[in-house]
Amino acid sequence: MLNKLFSFNGGVKPDPNKSASTREPIARLALPPQLVIPLHQHIGGTPRPLVTVGSTVLGGQRIGAPDGNVSSAVHAPTSGRVVAIEPRPMPHASGLSSPAVVIEPDGLDTAIERELFDWHAAAPGEIRDFLRDAGVVGLGGAVFPSHLKLNPGKSGHTDTLVINGAECEPFITCDDMLMRAEPGNILRGALIMQRMLAAKQVLVALEDNKPEAAAALKSAARALGHASLEVVVVPTRYPAGGAKQLIRVLTGIEVPHGSRSTDFGVQCFNVATALAVWRALEHGEPLTRRIVTVTGNVERPRNFDVAIGTPISHLFAAAGLKPDTDKLIMGGPMMGIPLPNIDAPVVKATNCLLASSPTLFAPPEPELPCIRCGECARACPADLQPFELYWHSRARNFGRAQEYKLFDCIECGCCAYVCPSHIPLVDYYRYAKSEIWARERDKDAADSARERFEFRNWRADREKEEKAAKLAARNAAKPAVKPADGAAPAADVAPSAGEDPKKALIEAAMARARAQKEAVAAKNTDALTPAQQAQIDAAEERRKRASELSGSDAPVK
Amino acid sequence: MITALLVMAGLALVLGATLGAASVLFKTQGDPLVDKIDAILPQTQCGQCGYPGCKPYATAIAGGDADINQCPPGGDEGVRKLADLLGREYKPLNAEHGVEKPKSVALIDEATCIGCTLCIQACPVDAIVGAAKQMHTIVGDLCTGCELCVPPCPADCIDMVPVTETVESWKWRYPVFELKVQPATLPAKEAA
Repeated sequence: MLNKLFSFNGGVKPDPNKSASTREPIARLALPPQLVIPLHQHIGGTPRPLVTVGSTVLGGQRIGAPDGNVSSAVHAPTSGRVVAIEPRPMPHASGLSSPAVVIEPDGLDTAIERELFDWHAAAPGEIRDFLRDAGVVGLGGAVFPSHLKLNPGKSGHTDTLVINGAECEPFITCDDMLMRAEPGNILRGALIMQRMLAAKQVLVALEDNKPEAAAALKSAARALGHASLEVVVVPTRYPAGGAKQLIRVLTGIEVPHGSRSTDFGVQCFNVATALAVWRALEHGEPLTRRIVTVTGNVERPRNFDVAIGTPISHLFAAAGLKPDTDKLIMGGPMMGIPLPNIDAPVVKATNCLLASSPTLFAPPEPELPCIRCGECARACPADLQPFELYWHSRARNFGRAQEYKLFDCIECGCCAYVCPSHIPLVDYYRYAKSEIWARERDKDAADSARERFEFRNWRADREKEEKAAKLAARNAAKPAVKPADGAAPAADVAPSAGEDPKKALIEAAMARARAQKEAVAAKNTDALTPAQQAQIDAAEERRKRASELSGSDAPVK
Repeated sequence: MITALLVMAGLALVLGATLGAASVLFKTQGDPLVDKIDAILPQTQCGQCGYPGCKPYATAIAGGDADINQCPPGGDEGVRKLADLLGREYKPLNAEHGVEKPKSVALIDEATCIGCTLCIQACPVDAIVGAAKQMHTIVGDLCTGCELCVPPCPADCIDMVPVTETVESWKWRYPVFELKVQPATLPAKEAA
């Protein structure tokens, strides 16, 4: 079927270091005393917590509801009690905290009744909603909600579905071990995805340094007997597992800047994601566990099947962390991020935990000036000019860095790997990218503030105008009604109304008050008896005295 | 001779008509310089510059009535950007108008709020929700941190809380290579 493999430019061949963690099969790790399940584990909106502190949860129970469509649910991996919902340290380079549900397992591991779903009969939209609520996200590292990618879009079909088992980064073996352990179910998941995407062919690709996994997948594919399903072994070269690089190797399609592979009829998923889709749809099992490689400077490097939310320290304890470890990394040595906190939990994105020591990874050599040798450009698999990106990022000239397509950089680390001046190039790109994002956020906030400020001013003007219009209408209506009451007020209002409505209004009110006063005074003091007159005089006398008294009091106060 | 005159006159008419039409068709609305200045200003709408909002201040700068160093929320970087745009000399922020502070948002102590609506009237960006004699609250995402709601509050229940970094807003630091002091024994070893 697939006659020819293509190639991508650049790339490097670092020492794979994969054998240590593939000697033993995947071990299911016992539950820790406390699980910390972050609510935000994927790209998109932060799920809203569905449980309260003190409530009991069952295994597989939804504890976070997706926030909008670009989001995914979060589930409890086991039964237990919710002891806290609070910010906890995240497995993130910042070491900052983010809201998490803390569960104390009760040890019974009682599962909630599984929501079985007849996906064969369901509409594609329903399957996508089900996957969103089952918390299925991309397990290759980007954790993008899978239901959004399982949409063939406007064209209604896809040419090629790529299932990515290349796993090119050194030390990481979780996909390799998963392909050896469950090849059939991975392929079944891939076939479900094929149906959802209406894909013509499915290519399951892996690097040629995983012969056991390739053999397992090939025999499973033969057993399934699907003509459109093919297992492809690609040459080992880092980063062959990058989505764009793998697509180029398999199909020859080079996805250009600003477009997506789906524009060319290709969609790509990780092998573990395919398995998660199969488990969710076939067994109603939400994503609550994943395979994590624990390797590097540990006594027993191995792959563990762990509940999401397990503290990283628990995994290192099981693998035997050596005392001379100086740094912990989540991911591999090329793209991984430093972990400042060993108590942070395993999340859906955690594929590998790597302990580093000065003997395993030599400490970084001093950064020397760029000598413009161009090695980085030859190694760049995204066909960028890393030295240009470096200069502009270093000079904080972010506009220029973006012109050189900084955001097409996949941060694979090939440029830094080959740099003879030991420049931590990727650090500069990460710095520039996050700086640009922050500026964009600030700009969006400023634009929204400007819009709201202008709207508020417009509203104030409108209210003023409305008030004036109302007043004018009232004044216009008045002369028509007033003449019946009496000629005097109407005569007062009529001439001034044209000049200033406000003044006219005040004058009209004053005229009314005068008329009222006259009317009242005339009524009250007419035809008084001598006795009443005497009373009034007495009262006036008292009032006069009182005012004199208060007048003399005033200075004292 | 007459042909030449006619040709020249005809050309002049055609070109004149084209220019006239272009000036009508492509007329720029408003002052583009004001918009460029406004785009640099932080849109806090705090009035610390002495103008009732960022746009009026931008208009004043463009008109030469105001200096470029009157915007504390824009900070030093803002002054530099304005200096770049206008080709003027950079000058430090004028302390008369306030000092640069880390971004904060207002927070109403909802237990103390008496529901007077004075802060709602003061907010330039409509970021406060509430009604008379009802509790008020500030929509944190919309608050620009202008502090205009703080003085009118009779119950003194509004605090300015500095915005802290979250996992989402965290930025990678500028790469710095840490220089380590070489152990004194190393040269000795080499010598040996």
